[in-house]
Amino acid sequence: MELIVQGIVKAFELLLSFDPEVLGITWLSLKISGTATFISLFFGVSIGTAVALTTFPGKRLVISLINTGMGLPPVVVGLFVTIMIWRSGPLGFLEILYTPYAMIIAQAIIATPIVMGISLASIQNLPPNLRLQILALGASRMQMVWVLIKESKLPLLAAVMAGFGGVISEVGASIMVGGNIKGYSRVLTTATVMETGKGNFDIAIALGIILLILAFLVNLLLTHVQQRQRLR
Amino acid sequence: MMKMFKNSKTVAVLIAAFLLFALGASDVLAANAEPKQKNIILATTTSTQDSGLLDVLIPIFEKETGYFVKTIAVGSGQAMAMGQKGEADVLLVHSPDAEKKFMEAGNGVNRRLVMHNDFIIVGPSADPAKIKGLKSSAEALKTIAKAGALFSSRGDNSGTHAKEKALWKQTGITPAGQKWYQETGLGMGQTLNVASEKKGYTLADRGTYLALKKNLGLDVLVEGDAALLNIYHVIEINGTKWPKVNAAGGRAFADFMVSKKTQGIIKTFGVDKFGSPLFFPDAGKKVEDLGK
Repeated sequence: MELIVQGIVKAFELLLSFDPEVLGITWLSLKISGTATFISLFFGVSIGTAVALTTFPGKRLVISLINTGMGLPPVVVGLFVTIMIWRSGPLGFLEILYTPYAMIIAQAIIATPIVMGISLASIQNLPPNLRLQILALGASRMQMVWVLIKESKLPLLAAVMAGFGGVISEVGASIMVGGNIKGYSRVLTTATVMETGKGNFDIAIALGIILLILAFLVNLLLTHVQQRQRLR
Repeated sequence: MMKMFKNSKTVAVLIAAFLLFALGASDVLAANAEPKQKNIILATTTSTQDSGLLDVLIPIFEKETGYFVKTIAVGSGQAMAMGQKGEADVLLVHSPDAEKKFMEAGNGVNRRLVMHNDFIIVGPSADPAKIKGLKSSAEALKTIAKAGALFSSRGDNSGTHAKEKALWKQTGITPAGQKWYQETGLGMGQTLNVASEKKGYTLADRGTYLALKKNLGLDVLVEGDAALLNIYHVIEINGTKWPKVNAAGGRAFADFMVSKKTQGIIKTFGVDKFGSPLFFPDAGKKVEDLGK
């Protein structure tokens, strides 16, 4: 119990003293996970919407696969990304193992099915007649898709939050493909693992608290945007 | 129409926010734009990182040479597995028997002695198996086995685990599968915590134990046995076997580790914090002369 209090005190000490290393780690976590979420948003929403709006044989199987992907274990993603991009791997020429790029790729792979699954469900959840109405009003197909996406913006913002939350808190893949290199690929989660290993439990708890605050602030912003839309 | 505009604006704001992240990431990317041969992948054991030694040495090396070192702290077994595939440029490891095999297979060149410290057998202060003060580490393990007292093993192919297995071999006991023998599969720090929580014994490197001591309910019970030496070597990965390996960088780092200046830093590292050094510099010495 004393340790937790120490950790909380330490967290505020680190934050209020603007410790450059902690700030760097926090900023890097935000950048990597933010970029990964952005990438996942592009693939997730477009493919999710496409699957939701079309009918094709095996659609249920595809949806099941996407839903399974929502629970993709990060370490497994980390393992496969590592094997793909290490020097002897098929993408080894890129030389990106143990870089922030590799972490963005791995995190985007983790977040994409989450965003895809929620987008798919939310578009499918719209009243089926809505599509007909929009088209009847003379909208083109692209306009129709755009209106549908906007109609489901509430769950789509939830998808962003779920995707971001999934990757910012993820450690298995990040430590594997990023390597936890000081000042370069060390993020909040990997630093927490390392400080625990070093026995610096107070710093580990402090980093954990900073991670929670960060996740809270990002979600606060997104929720604010989401709920403001709703009131109109 | 107005409503649609407002909605689009929100979407645009969100997209812009994420683009900002992406742009922000570009300075991360810029760091990577330097020539690839600037990067050195150092695969090493967790003890060199967890003790804080590398945090002191690597910035000095980077400043002197302009290389960028990517330290991947894993067990010695995994570090050598990386070297075996040409996925690392230089190794700093402490698993001498496995290192010899590694060298015989032509994976590495120029294996050089860097430093040593020692392993210790730690356990609860109540010492249920009564091993305290035993001079021989093998004898101590035998006594633990006989008493059926809990022993936490790393079980992760690390240098410490390799040493522990070698000691068990000396005793003629096969601990795997025994009720009192648990493999954690974790790093040294976490294994010490497990042993402490479960009131078990374990083999640890002194550096990690000292660093964690304040949170552990474990005492040093057996130490000073010559079999408990913990010896670190630096190995350059064979650049002719894997052309992608940064052989020049690996050599520069290995040279740095055995240089007079670095050895001097190793000699005093940890004295201020723990009252005694964590590692003893050995460059240029022979393994047989250590601990004398």
